[in-house]
Amino acid sequence: MVICNACRYCEGFCAVFPAMERRRTFEDRDLKYLANLCHNCRDCYYACQYAPPHEYQLNVPRALAELRLETYRDAIRPGFLLGLMKRNGLAVALITVLSIITVLLLTIVFSGPPTVFSAHLGENAFYKVIPYGFMVIPISVLALYLIITLLIELNHFWRETDGKPADFADFRANGLAIRDALGLKYLAGGGHGCNYPDDRFSHIRRWLHHFVFYGFLLCLASTTIAAIYDHVLHWSAPYPIWSWPVMSGTVGGVALVVGTGGLLNLKRKMDSLPASPRSLGMDVGFLALLFFSSLSGLLLLILRETPAMGTLLAIHLGIVVGLFVTMPYGKFVHAGFRYAALVKNAIESLDEEN
Amino acid sequence: MASTGPSAVDLAQIYDVLVIGGGNAALCAAMTARESGATVLLLEIAPKEFRGGNSRHTRNLRYMHESANEHLTGPYLEDEFWEDLYRVTEGQTNEKLARLTIRKSNNVGVWMSKQGCMFQPAMRGTLHLSRTNGFFLGGGKALINAYYATAFKLGIKILYDAEVLDLKIQDGRFASASLVTGHTFHRVQARSVVVASGGFQANLKWLKESWGEPADNFIIRGTPYNKGRLLRVLIDQGAKTVGDPRQCHAVAIDARAPKFDGGIVTRLDCVPFSIVVNKLARRFYDEGEDFWPKRYAIWGRLVARQPDQIAYSIIDSKSIDLFMPSVFPPFQGDSITEMATKLALDPTDLNQTVDLFNQATRPGKFNPAVMDGCMTAGLEPPKSNWARPLDTPPFYGYPLRPGITFTYLGVTVNEKAQVVMQDGQPAPNIFAAGEIMAGNILGKGYMAGFGMTIGTVFGRIAGKEAARYAIA
Repeated sequence: MVICNACRYCEGFCAVFPAMERRRTFEDRDLKYLANLCHNCRDCYYACQYAPPHEYQLNVPRALAELRLETYRDAIRPGFLLGLMKRNGLAVALITVLSIITVLLLTIVFSGPPTVFSAHLGENAFYKVIPYGFMVIPISVLALYLIITLLIELNHFWRETDGKPADFADFRANGLAIRDALGLKYLAGGGHGCNYPDDRFSHIRRWLHHFVFYGFLLCLASTTIAAIYDHVLHWSAPYPIWSWPVMSGTVGGVALVVGTGGLLNLKRKMDSLPASPRSLGMDVGFLALLFFSSLSGLLLLILRETPAMGTLLAIHLGIVVGLFVTMPYGKFVHAGFRYAALVKNAIESLDEEN
Repeated sequence: MASTGPSAVDLAQIYDVLVIGGGNAALCAAMTARESGATVLLLEIAPKEFRGGNSRHTRNLRYMHESANEHLTGPYLEDEFWEDLYRVTEGQTNEKLARLTIRKSNNVGVWMSKQGCMFQPAMRGTLHLSRTNGFFLGGGKALINAYYATAFKLGIKILYDAEVLDLKIQDGRFASASLVTGHTFHRVQARSVVVASGGFQANLKWLKESWGEPADNFIIRGTPYNKGRLLRVLIDQGAKTVGDPRQCHAVAIDARAPKFDGGIVTRLDCVPFSIVVNKLARRFYDEGEDFWPKRYAIWGRLVARQPDQIAYSIIDSKSIDLFMPSVFPPFQGDSITEMATKLALDPTDLNQTVDLFNQATRPGKFNPAVMDGCMTAGLEPPKSNWARPLDTPPFYGYPLRPGITFTYLGVTVNEKAQVVMQDGQPAPNIFAAGEIMAGNILGKGYMAGFGMTIGTVFGRIAGKEAARYAIA
């Protein structure tokens, strides 16, 4: 950081460098904030005259990725689940497999193989395989747990960076941060894109992340609308193809499959030097989980009128349960932390203008 | 990226244009020659990771333009450009070549962008230059990366780790070059050659020939690969030299910098707010003569003339936040005596120097943003601006040494970038661009981003003329 602050050639790339220039010394809280403000576009790595093999061995994206991982680990609640993040790849795989098997077995045991393995049509088809209560209650409990845990972790991070709770509610700063986040401004580096998979500039990573982000939001919207249909309006699933839940779920699911698949492929091809090897398992685990949950969701849609529906439904729910359980202990926390960092950045930029 | 093994590059082929060097001037020459239809081989002495010569440490380029654009805040026309150059060189320039450089730099940013250069919008912190100089997004290495990518796409053959040892010149014409790459020797033929291999500042032995013992204490700010081999070859083969071997772009940098390649982060901007003393704890020059960007290029030579080529810039706590932080933390002391001990200076002498200075300061309205006229009275040497007493501990001290950016001794060229021989005749197919010929235009002094201007303009001229000769 001291090298960067004396050089400043990278100030045009992203928000990290101007934020750095506002400081002369770097405390722990500053580093935690800067690490999460970094969108890992790598532009600074390839432009850096001090990058390895230079004797200064400066590797900003890697150093910040390592630090970022530390901020995630620090925030883990409850603390005894830290292991889930430390060996996240393994944890995600095991938990997901376990939850698929559990849901599948429970379904078979309670509904009986004939119900599971035959085709169901018409209203309440899904609930014939997995009864209403068994589907809705555990998922709702998990979702609530997930949201609360993520909020607690986010709060911890905000305090660690010396943020006051009131600052987080700053109206203008949130407006700017939402704009930056929705547009993934800093995945464009200085406007020309990221250096992925190599030192050439490309917008591919930004686009793929857009697919994931908006795909995820669409799936969330799909679930929410479906829940309203079901619980408020008492129209029960499955819904026709041209209904809101199915349409948004389908588009979102396809976007997620494309986005996560593309990002996984990019990770495979990328130059590994600027990456933190310690966070690879976590990154891949989360992407793979999103990939398979959207893929299984899409398969469920396509095959929902065949005897495979019961099995697919159980598998899809199993993966979603795995996703929900592991989300507060993996890559997903980056969403909140990075947003918080963007808010802090917006507050600082506004202060500077005044 | 570019495949770089010798296997991918055919050294038996006769190329139209051979480019020796791998920095900005070399790349501009190679791209221009290739776009003119020539086959081009570029030989870079450095490995791929350190490619680009000194250009990898640069940040901006000064160019003429008639109006503001996305990255420049206002017009910069020929006359003003020329006056700026005349002032810094004190007239030691070749007006014909200098004006050619300026005119040919007109709107060169457009061409650069086409070749992949990305400029950053004018930003704070670079106020002094935001009108005249275009700043590369990410700096020189990003520019060089973009140029190499373009060169590769154009089909220019590029060989890294390729050191040219000698040129075969027959009847005043270039015939072939001998080179070593991967421990094997090769001879490569080409119809014309562009030599853009930089100055000799990384050749410590050569520096010592010109500067004597003090050269041992010089720090080389840029690439360790510019050893001046091709400059020597051309001189030995009868090229007419230009420039004084003692002239170089030398700034005062932190004495703790690495011997080579420390680049920008070793610079110190505290001088105008400080007093600078030598190892005898005596001041030796007006620290507040002018704005730092206009003065920092003379301080390398000033320090080089002091005993053991070392000096110390000392400020008090009033000034610590007034300049860009540097990579090395300052020495710190709660009294001048403690400061002297930390810097290994004689405490009595330093106290005396500081006392004299403090007594000579006059009340005034200190303002770092303008030449505030806060000057000393009755002090020799004076401090003309920003002179405030050093009276508020803690005190901070930075050691300074001369840091050499590049040397000015070069080969004479004409307006076609052809190397001129001692008989005054230009060699028809030997061209030079960049630092190796910058001395034609910059005989003395320096202005920010102008080395890149010369490299870009003469690189393009050399590339075009070399291709024209080869293809005709």
